[in-house]
Amino acid sequence: MKKRLVSSILCAAMLTASIVGCGSAAPEKTAQAPAQTVEEAETPKADAPAATDEGSDKLVVGFAQIGQESGWRDAETMSIQTYAAEHSDTVELKFADAQQKQENQIKAIKSFIEQDVDVIGLAPVVETGWDQVFAEAQDAGIPIILLDRTADVDESLYATFIGSDFIEEGKEAAKQMAELIGGKGKIVELEGTVGASAATDRKTGFDEEIAANYPDIEIVASQTGDFTRAQGKEVMESFLKSNPDIVGVYAHNDDMALGAIEAIKEAGLKPGEDIVTVSVDGVKGIFEAMVAGEANCTVECNPLLGPLFFETAAKLKNGESVEKWVKSVDGVFTSDIAADVIDSRAY
Amino acid sequence: MKNKQLKITQNQAFWPVIIFLTIILFNTVMTRGEFLSISIVDGHFYGRIIDIFRNGGKLMILAAGMTMVLATGGTDISVGSVMAISGAIACSIIRGNLLPGLGGSVTAAILFAVCAGIICGLWNGFLVAQIKIQPIVATMILLVAGRGIAQLITSGKIITINSDAYYFINGGYILGLPFPLYIVLFLVGILLLFVHRTSFGLFLESIGCNSLASKFAGIKVNRYLLAIYTISGAFASVAGLIESAGIKGADCNNAGLNIELDAILAVAIGGTNLMGGRFSIFASVIGALIVQSITTTVLALGVPAAYIRVLKALLIIVICLSQSGKFKVLFGRKLESKKKEAVAL
Repeated sequence: MKKRLVSSILCAAMLTASIVGCGSAAPEKTAQAPAQTVEEAETPKADAPAATDEGSDKLVVGFAQIGQESGWRDAETMSIQTYAAEHSDTVELKFADAQQKQENQIKAIKSFIEQDVDVIGLAPVVETGWDQVFAEAQDAGIPIILLDRTADVDESLYATFIGSDFIEEGKEAAKQMAELIGGKGKIVELEGTVGASAATDRKTGFDEEIAANYPDIEIVASQTGDFTRAQGKEVMESFLKSNPDIVGVYAHNDDMALGAIEAIKEAGLKPGEDIVTVSVDGVKGIFEAMVAGEANCTVECNPLLGPLFFETAAKLKNGESVEKWVKSVDGVFTSDIAADVIDSRAY
Repeated sequence: MKNKQLKITQNQAFWPVIIFLTIILFNTVMTRGEFLSISIVDGHFYGRIIDIFRNGGKLMILAAGMTMVLATGGTDISVGSVMAISGAIACSIIRGNLLPGLGGSVTAAILFAVCAGIICGLWNGFLVAQIKIQPIVATMILLVAGRGIAQLITSGKIITINSDAYYFINGGYILGLPFPLYIVLFLVGILLLFVHRTSFGLFLESIGCNSLASKFAGIKVNRYLLAIYTISGAFASVAGLIESAGIKGADCNNAGLNIELDAILAVAIGGTNLMGGRFSIFASVIGALIVQSITTTVLALGVPAAYIRVLKALLIIVICLSQSGKFKVLFGRKLESKKKEAVAL
C-alpha cells in the first residue's frame, strides 16, 4: 500500500517533469549553441596549416574566448566574429570557446602555437597560472593580446592588454553626474563587489573627480550593492531613509541602478527627475529605463572590441610597437539619445 | 502568577522576540528615532520597519519550511537554487520566452513556478526518503544543478519584465502594508494550524528524535519526509517569486545566492535544535526577522562596505552566545564568583 502511494506520487512527478521538460525545449536549444561553436571552431583547425601556407599575407589570429557568461561577453564574441567574417579577405580567425575552463584555454593556445598563427588573443578566465603557456608562445615568437581581462604574469610575457579604463569610466560618470545635477547637491554611491577591480577603480575615478572639480557635490553615503539588482534596491531603500534630500545616485553597474530605480519609486519619488541616475556598463535594461525616463545616463563599458583587436593584431604582425595598454573607446549615453540607439544595442 | 511568568520565558520564541526588540531599540537610539519613524507615502506605510518586514518576507517563508526539515534531523540547502528556478520560470513565461502559448499570463507564471518548486521538493524528498542519501548531500545536488537549470531557462541572461501585476507580489500594498507580509501570514498561518492542530508536528519531532523508533511505532517516516521536503521546495519557489518580482526580473546568478545559510541561521537563532527534535516555526520566523534586521542595521548605520561582513559576524556571535544555555550558566558563575571575591575583599 505504502509503496503504491509513493510510486504513484513519483509517477506524477515524472509526468509533470516531462511536461515542464517539453515546455523548456526552446532554451535547451540555445544551450546547445556553445557546443556547436566549439565544433565550428575545431573544423577550421583541421585544415588550418594549408590555409596558413598559401596566404602568408593574411593575418591569422587565434582567439581563446572564456565562453558564454553574460550578454556582455556574447556581444564581445559577436563583435570579433563579425569583424573576421566581414574582412575574410585580409584576416583569418581561429576561434575557441573554452566553456569557462582554464585548461581548455591553455589547450587552445597550445594548438594555436602548433598552427603557427600570427597573433594569439585571450580573455583569461582566471588571473593566475598563465606563465608557462605564455612563455611557450613567446619562444615560438607569437605575441599575445589580452582582451578585457588581465592576467597575473610578468609584463614581458604578453604584447598588450586591450580593455576599458575603469578609473576613466568613474571620472566620466562624475562629469555626467555633475552636469545632470548642476554641479551641486548631495549624492549617494552604490559600489560593486568589495575587492573587484571594476568596483575599486570606478569608485576611485568618481570620487577623485568629484573631490577635485566639484566642491559643491557631496557624496553623503557609499555602500556595496554587490553588483546585483536586489542588493542595489535594498541599499538604496536605506539610503533614501537616512538621506531624504539626495538628488542623484551613482551605481558601479547598470543592474544596481535598475534596483535603485525601484526603491526610488517606492519612496514616492520620480527616478530620473527627483533623483537622477548615472551608472556604468550600457546593458539593454538601462536603455529601456532611459527611454521610459526613469534613468538618466550610462557610461558604456564597450564590449565591441573586435575592430580594435584586429587593428592591434595587424600592428603586432607588422612589427610596429603598441602600447602596453590599449584603451578601448567607451561611449556615454544619456536619456536624450537612448530611444535612437536602443535598437542597435547588441547586449 | 510566578508560574505564568515562567511559562512565558520558557517559550522557545521568548528570547528571539527579546533579541529582535533589542535590535530595533538599538537602531532607534543610534539613528535618534529615525529608524522607528513611519510615514505615509502614496497611500502606503513607508519606513525602515516596513522594509524589514517586506525584505524579510522571503527569508521568513524559507525559515518556516526549513524549520520542519531541520526538525526531522535533515537539511535542505537547495532552497536558494529553487528560488532561482522559480524566478526564471515565472519571468520567462511572462516575457513570452517560455510557453508563449500562455500569452504571458501572470497567474500561469506563478502556478508553473510553484509547480516547479514542488517538483524540486519531491526530488529532494525522494532522494532522502527513498534512496536514503544523507540530506545535505541529496539537496546539494539541486543546489548545484538547480542554478544551472535556471540559467538554462534564461540562457544565462538577466530577464527583465515590466508587469505591474507581477511586481505586486513584492511591491504591492494592501491596507498600507506590504503584500509579502500577507503571503507570510497566509503560508505560516496554514502551516501552524496544520502542525499544531494535527498529529503532524508531533510525528515530525518524533522522527527527528529517533526515526527508527518512530518507524517501529507505526509512523510512516518516508511519507512524512517526502511531504516536508516538498513543502520546503514549494515555499522556496514562493520566496523566489517574491525576490524576482522585487527586481522586476530574473537574475539567475544572484537570486537566492547563499540564502540557505541565512535560513538555517534563522532557524538556529529561533532555538530549534539542528539535529532534530523540538521545533518552533514561530520562533524561526522571528529568527528570520532578526537576520533581516541585522542587514538593515548595517545599512542604517552606514558601515563602510569592507566591514559589513565582520560586523554581521560579530552580531551573529553575540546572538548565538545569548541563545546558548551553557554559555549563560558559565557566564553567570563567573559573575557570581567575582561578586563573592568582591565581598571577601
